Amino acid sequence: MNPLGVASIVTPGVDWLGVAPVALLALAAIGIVLQRSILRRASVAYPSALIVAAVGIILSAVALIAQWHRVQTDGSYTTLSKMVAVDGFSIFIGGVVLVATACSVLLASRYLDRERLDGPEYLALMLLSASGMLAMASANDLIAVFVALEIVSIPLYVLVAYDRRRSTSLEAGMKYFLLGAFASAVFLYGVALTYGATGSTGLVGIANYLSEVTLLERGTLLAGLVLMLVGLGFKVAAAPFHMWTPDVYQGAPTPVTAFMASATKAAAFAALIRILYTALGGSSSDWRPLLWVLAVLSLLVGSIGAVIQTDVKRMLAYSSINHAGFILIGVQAGTIKGVSSALTYLAIYAFLAVGSFAIVGVVAGRGDADSDLERFKGLSSRRTGLSWAFTLLLLAQAGVPLTAGFIAKFGVFSAAAGAGGTSYVLALIGMLTAAIAAFVYLRIAATMFTPAGEGDQVLASSKVDLGTGIVIWFSCALTIVIGVAPGFLLGLAERATLLFLR
Amino acid sequence: MVTLVLFIAFAIIALVGALGVVISRNPVHSALWLVATLLSMAGFFILEGAYLVSAVQVIVYASAIVVLFLFVIMLLGVDREESLTDPLKVQRPVALMLGLVVFALLIGLMGNHWATGAQSATAALESGDGGNVERVAREIFTTYLWPFELTSALLVVAVVGGVALARRSRRAEAASEVAQ
Amino acid sequence: MIVTPTWYLVLAAALFSIGAVGMLVRRNVIVMFMCVELMLNAVNLTFVTFSKTLNDLSGQVAVFFVLVVAAAEVAIGLALIVAIFRRRHTGTTADDISELRG
Repeated sequence: MNPLGVASIVTPGVDWLGVAPVALLALAAIGIVLQRSILRRASVAYPSALIVAAVGIILSAVALIAQWHRVQTDGSYTTLSKMVAVDGFSIFIGGVVLVATACSVLLASRYLDRERLDGPEYLALMLLSASGMLAMASANDLIAVFVALEIVSIPLYVLVAYDRRRSTSLEAGMKYFLLGAFASAVFLYGVALTYGATGSTGLVGIANYLSEVTLLERGTLLAGLVLMLVGLGFKVAAAPFHMWTPDVYQGAPTPVTAFMASATKAAAFAALIRILYTALGGSSSDWRPLLWVLAVLSLLVGSIGAVIQTDVKRMLAYSSINHAGFILIGVQAGTIKGVSSALTYLAIYAFLAVGSFAIVGVVAGRGDADSDLERFKGLSSRRTGLSWAFTLLLLAQAGVPLTAGFIAKFGVFSAAAGAGGTSYVLALIGMLTAAIAAFVYLRIAATMFTPAGEGDQVLASSKVDLGTGIVIWFSCALTIVIGVAPGFLLGLAERATLLFLR
Repeated sequence: MVTLVLFIAFAIIALVGALGVVISRNPVHSALWLVATLLSMAGFFILEGAYLVSAVQVIVYASAIVVLFLFVIMLLGVDREESLTDPLKVQRPVALMLGLVVFALLIGLMGNHWATGAQSATAALESGDGGNVERVAREIFTTYLWPFELTSALLVVAVVGGVALARRSRRAEAASEVAQ
Repeated sequence: MIVTPTWYLVLAAALFSIGAVGMLVRRNVIVMFMCVELMLNAVNLTFVTFSKTLNDLSGQVAVFFVLVVAAAEVAIGLALIVAIFRRRHTGTTADDISELRG
């Protein structure tokens, strides 16, 4: 009792290792902002900010590895009054997010320099967004998921609009902001209704209540589930909630697009999977049909939409909707195998997307102005290496054997086959749309190997700098290595799923 | 009886305010209608015994946020009337239908039994010592400590993002002068 | 007649729907943004009502987090609007945002 006569508050115990990855990234971001106020010269401010960012990402990765070893021996655990779940699943997604963030930071340097934008704030916002993603992957409570979702989204609104002199960037930012805020509100209403239906916001609390009590009136729970799915559907860019994707992917600075396609997708899917499997695992017969519909629509919209586009960034945006459909095939299977195949897919798609957008960024050149398909005409004669790298990544996205994309698609199809029933149909639709999407990828590849005609204006693309080069090499190498020897990644994903805290 | 009268009064203000936000042609009027809805929300919160939330609603929402809205409207000078007959004529009835369908679905799905959840075991409204403020504080600093810590990151985001968007960058201006 | 929690919840659903319709109908970005605030408020009312019926404080605590998020969103959203307006010196309706299409 203190002088005021109120019992003092006993705060919950904190496992510092459990929150270290999130905290270190956020601290790095704050460090960047602080050193920005001391070092005012742009020539000094950016390199030092880059160093702080690199240190933050590396330390965060070290913390994740330490978590992984601890979880292997001691098993999964929760901390901070069960708000944070440290398990294989959160660590795997965290790893994907960190790799994607590191790649996006590498891409950013050249871009910021080329467009003459202020660097430190950009890096700080990207790190904050990434820390939100890590928090989202380990969030074990709907309120924590919501707050983390906003920490992911709000920096992205700013990053999309970061090139303030280009009106397309600003407009994309505005569009993403309005739809994102709308989606957040819808998700939040779902959280509120789920809370009312179960009396808890904790994922484990919801699961316990639903397993103990047979609800006679399931309406509130179902409405909550549907609204949460709509909200997260926006964030993962699944059809029919995809309409922002092409515009925003096209208008955003290309490094930000790479970040959104890889890291944001992984984090949003992590929240989706955790909510569905942990909290609502017992009522999978309710959400499996809903996910089935989402998957079919995403597959069809993504592949058919990509065919009618003429801009490569928009094509890749539609292809990312298509990929969301494939990941949903794995998620809707409702099995352990489904989760591990979705994890594998997310990891593989992350570096395919980063690599592809890195190349588009190089070809589009100054001002990010023109990523039209015409611009890729005759690229093979001008930039032979670049066009072969892009071809490899596109083939992988199409799912050609001996590339990583094949492993990803094979995983979700076999998970769907394992689940049986309507999942078979879904797998068939998936293969059909994979064929349609392959046409788009081949069209881009063929354009690159068509010699530029007399009338075509051949604009100089920017040079490949060190950071971009590393990203492209890295993603191409991984595409082949994982395509030939997938054992390591598959083993990691399987281990991560086995350690999935439920 | 008092509760009934108050509820009906607040409900009418809230609904009229919400419709006013959507229907007003002038953004300033929309903002003022929004204040009406937000204040009636605070009234509902008092009726339901959430005193601290009610106070915060008035302080943060009805004053700070709405003032920010009005400030931006005035700063930009966009308080002129907007014609409501816009090019997207088809969209309006479709949106109205959609809204009605959503409302009907929500009501229909949930029937009369909205709250099917468990009664609280740990954080009851009336148990424990201290008033509403102390109990809410205890919840925030124990069960919800992690989201509370996360909000600090959110505030950093708001500051950095706001600065990055609204500041006039010397570097960018120099670049655009060169371009011209 | 007694005011049951259902009344509050139906009212909240109505407010949420009005906000959602407003979001689709209006073209003025600032007003669209106000409609999002309406939706968030409807959610807050739902949270507090459930908190009362379930005799559980979590619902009231959730409202605080919604408030923080709403404040951060408002700051960023209005900064975006100011940035756009500075660049274009024109109106703030969604139709002005039309360079992106396809």
